[in-house]
Amino acid sequence: MSTVQSASPRRIVVVGNGMVGARFAEEVARLDPDGERVHVTVVGAEHHRAYNRVLLSGVVAGEYTPDQISLPMPDTPGVNVRLGVAATGLDTAERRVDLDDGTHLTYDELVLATGARAAFPPITGVTAPDGRPGEGVTALRDLADCERLLALARPGAPVVVLGGGVLGLEAARGLVGRGARVCVVESSPWIMRRQIDQDAARTLARCYEDLGVSVHSWRVASRWIPGTGLELDDGRVLPGDALVVTAGVRGNTELATGAGIEVEHGVVVDDCLATSDSRVHAIGDCAQHPGGGAGLVQPGWEQASVLARRLTGQAPQARYTGARPLTRLKAEGIELTAFGLVQEEDLGPETETVTVSDPHGRRYAKLAVRRERVVGAVLLGFPQAAANLSQLYDTGAPVPADRLALLQGLPVAPQEDPQAAPALVCRCNAVSREDIEQAWLDGARTRETIAERTRATTGCGGCVRDVNALLAGMEGGRSAEPVG
Amino acid sequence: MNPAEPAPQSTRTHCPYCALQCAMHLDTGPQGRLSARPADFPTNRGGLCRKGWTSAEVLTVPDRLTSPLLRKDRTSEFTEVDWDTALDHVADRILALRAESGPDTVSVFGSGGLTNEKSYALGKFARLALGTSQIDYNGRFCMSSAAAGGMRAFGLDRGMPFPLTDVGSAEVVLLAGANPAETMPPMMGHLSAPALIVIDPRRTATAQVALDNGGLHLAPRPGTDLALALSLLHAVRARGWVDEDYVAERTSGFDQAWEHAAAWWPEHAELTTGVPATQIRAAADLLGRAARARSAYVLTGRGTEQHAKGTDTVSAWINLSLALGLPGRPGSGYGCITGQGNGQGGREHGQKADQLPGYRRIDDPEARRHVAGVWGVHPDTLPGPGRSAFELLDALGTPGGPRAMLLFGSNPVVSAPDSERVRSRLCDLDLLVAADFVLSETAALADVVLPVAQWAEESGTMTNLEGRVLRRRRAVPPPEGVRTDLEVLSALAVRLGQPAERFPTDPDTVLAELGAASAGGAADYSGVTPERLASEEALHWPVRVGQEPTPRLFLDSFAHPDGRARFVAVAHRPPAEEPDGDHPLIATTGRLMGHYQSGAQTRRVPELHGAEPEVYVQVHPDTAARAGLGAGDLARITSRRGRTTARVRLDPTARLDTVFLPFHYAGAQSANNLTHPALDPTSRMPEFKVSAVRLEPAPTAPGTP
Repeated sequence: MSTVQSASPRRIVVVGNGMVGARFAEEVARLDPDGERVHVTVVGAEHHRAYNRVLLSGVVAGEYTPDQISLPMPDTPGVNVRLGVAATGLDTAERRVDLDDGTHLTYDELVLATGARAAFPPITGVTAPDGRPGEGVTALRDLADCERLLALARPGAPVVVLGGGVLGLEAARGLVGRGARVCVVESSPWIMRRQIDQDAARTLARCYEDLGVSVHSWRVASRWIPGTGLELDDGRVLPGDALVVTAGVRGNTELATGAGIEVEHGVVVDDCLATSDSRVHAIGDCAQHPGGGAGLVQPGWEQASVLARRLTGQAPQARYTGARPLTRLKAEGIELTAFGLVQEEDLGPETETVTVSDPHGRRYAKLAVRRERVVGAVLLGFPQAAANLSQLYDTGAPVPADRLALLQGLPVAPQEDPQAAPALVCRCNAVSREDIEQAWLDGARTRETIAERTRATTGCGGCVRDVNALLAGMEGGRSAEPVG
Repeated sequence: MNPAEPAPQSTRTHCPYCALQCAMHLDTGPQGRLSARPADFPTNRGGLCRKGWTSAEVLTVPDRLTSPLLRKDRTSEFTEVDWDTALDHVADRILALRAESGPDTVSVFGSGGLTNEKSYALGKFARLALGTSQIDYNGRFCMSSAAAGGMRAFGLDRGMPFPLTDVGSAEVVLLAGANPAETMPPMMGHLSAPALIVIDPRRTATAQVALDNGGLHLAPRPGTDLALALSLLHAVRARGWVDEDYVAERTSGFDQAWEHAAAWWPEHAELTTGVPATQIRAAADLLGRAARARSAYVLTGRGTEQHAKGTDTVSAWINLSLALGLPGRPGSGYGCITGQGNGQGGREHGQKADQLPGYRRIDDPEARRHVAGVWGVHPDTLPGPGRSAFELLDALGTPGGPRAMLLFGSNPVVSAPDSERVRSRLCDLDLLVAADFVLSETAALADVVLPVAQWAEESGTMTNLEGRVLRRRRAVPPPEGVRTDLEVLSALAVRLGQPAERFPTDPDTVLAELGAASAGGAADYSGVTPERLASEEALHWPVRVGQEPTPRLFLDSFAHPDGRARFVAVAHRPPAEEPDGDHPLIATTGRLMGHYQSGAQTRRVPELHGAEPEVYVQVHPDTAARAGLGAGDLARITSRRGRTTARVRLDPTARLDTVFLPFHYAGAQSANNLTHPALDPTSRMPEFKVSAVRLEPAPTAPGTP
């Protein structure tokens, strides 16, 4: 046997087959299609293929069936996915992950993509004594939650959503679309407290109320009474067959903690996405990067891409330097985008703001600009501006001078162009009104003869109506002349 | 002269420019000068654009070449020589270079502007007389992504597999990266009734028509069309518009394609494309409702195809069409809008590196056997596949690359990406021969220039954007001293040792041979005869001997062996080059109404030149102001490859991150000084539509670098 062998691929174990873990595997499959560089094993606790968690509220709304939100499964020799297997322990000295089926995996590099789980507030009835959700209570984190919720939220049934953040509001919109009667309870002074300012929240709440969703902000729940509803701290009881808990998440960090890896509210990572153990990496909702971004999928996907490039050696220098998190509510008929600095207390003296508040029209826009760069915005009911500003924020490009036009999504007021040519009737053939009048004076009295003389109307044909109108006008002018 | 009076002598033919191939009358006026006026025909419906109206002027341009030009080295001036001297020189040099470096050292570059007969003869000439595999054509820069996408999905590529007139009765037409109001105005006559959904980074004339008539304009950031198409498929499914029965019965591969679309929910696509999610859903609904009524078309143009992911982007648009159940049914469909006059026929008959006549593959043993039989040679004598257009141009004069090139009907110094690189490759050749009717920018670099006949001076056939074969008629004899391309190929072939009868110079003789060579192939022209052409029969291919033509393809089945159309699983990827601090803007390129391709023809027509005499750069007023530029100022646009000087035009509807330049101009005005030569892995289409650039005032003395 030859003593010289081609290097065997390095072993990467990914714990978690959620959106970010699966995306990491997909990126590796793309960068290393023949599996020559690395061999990846993804372990996922759920029995389903990886799916698009972001679209769960769309499943609630009935836009998708559960099988329609599956994510692509890499089909390359270098990627292996094991479903229905959970990691139970991590030994960083042995570089070993223990699995709940009694087996274990050894690794050269470990990727933690364990995600996060719903945080259940300590309210009587919300959690059963065994720590599981109480009767009629569900989170909305996975497909099983989704199925449970759809079984409870039958058309006409009252449902309470506990937590008026993004997920809660998306769930509320989906549920009301399915015919449920929905209340939203938010313990903060206003809904989407972290993402939008109070005036925006007020108008947003009115959008929901228009749909028949009652919004109770600055209200603390005191008790969930199965079969009855949610009792608030003022004694009122909101009727509910089901309680959807969307009151925040907690990173799944137990594996890291157990292995002595540094954990704060998430697994702490640097720009290389490495944890305090350099062979262990963390991406997505379980990770805590100084640049933020947990809770949103786009930063997680960027992390997956960076880490895949690093670990396959396709770009060992790749770095993740933080996200510009952007919140985009997915709620039929409500167009809300928010990002950056928008709360009054965060906007320093150097920041200019433009605010348009139109509660009657259910529209609200706030744009914060510092040194000609967008630093924050809330846009409710301004879809074109939202798309434009999101890209300006994302790319760090300067904002245009006419901010109001930008918010309105309109072209800026045209400037006088010294070179502007005279307006043409027929653009295709550069025929002016004067040309057509001259042809008429020369005896052309029909559109066809005008066309023969001037070529007008023979290009795209878009000016036929204009030429006919000119002809009619000239005809009218002639008959109005005194006979003599 | 009153144009209403019947002209003394008139020839009915078709326009020299784009693939709409408008019918026209060429009337002979005083002093024998020709003038054009529109003729009634289904595609142009009696219309003509400015280029068509003035097309006869190209026949009498003052700098028309009427004598071969020769120079012994590139530093000296051309001398006029007689034909024998020129052809002998070319043949001698070819033989000498071939003896030194083998047959692949001589290469051929053709054009989508050549007639079917010339395209066919050029491919045959390369394979037999030169024995080279190194032949490709400028259509690679034009139709190759659409062709590859169509081939993958349907097993066959005919730009529009239905007559253009069908489109006019649709409720909705989606135009992705197409601007017919500017590029083929008479086509707009077919688009006045449908609601249009225009996908274009710019508020083009076509986009404005869409908005004026109750349609939509979606303006994606350049390079993100694929994400937008995936998102439209996503929205179409989420909103219940997928034609499940059709997908089950007539297609395969939906689930795999969907997995990629599933990642592009509209709000996600919004951040990447800049198109609001509401617009994506509105477009999905507009299109979906019309599809349900079997009354919708999806058409693509170069804007969405000329990318390093152009083929996948076309596949994404076809996937959308298939999900809606459009292709292969009367009243609906997918098509691409072919650009060059014979962009369709030019890609079917063997001037592509990988192809033999009849849309056959050169690596298919059965195809080789058939074509070799028609040509009277042994199949083993046919070379294999060669380099694609940009790769061919980029290999010229390099070790292992061709040392000679024969160029027909093309001006790659202006039309290819990264012009400076192409120019330097051409300059490294031992022999460059250009057949052209004027001294184009590329011909000016040649050792030998052969003056050839143009459009109305010879007859032939063209295949328009709907796959209809048309008769182009001779209206005047060529000027003295000028030969046709077929005559040039024949004379050279004989000098290279070929029997004269193998390279006929009569176009109809070539057509008959083309018919035999294409018989049984996908693009079967065996039933196209001079008589049927003269009768104005609508000869949509395939036209088999003695059979009816095929106006609508795929009605019963698609051209894959199982009869099903294929969804292709495609994923979005970023462009080859993203803006950065040094090059913060995106430049995209396109066409003007008054010019055609490299401008070699239209810049010589005074009326057209006068209307748009120089390149401009279209910029948002804020972007211009930030660069210190106002309307009418001269700007310098710089990419990592080169720079262009252009006059600023302000457009308040422009995207802030994007500038636009028309690409019809040469030298310091050439937009292709900027463009990126990254190639599509399947079609080898360059990334014309996205380059990262910087915008700044041009140095004060115009013309200084």
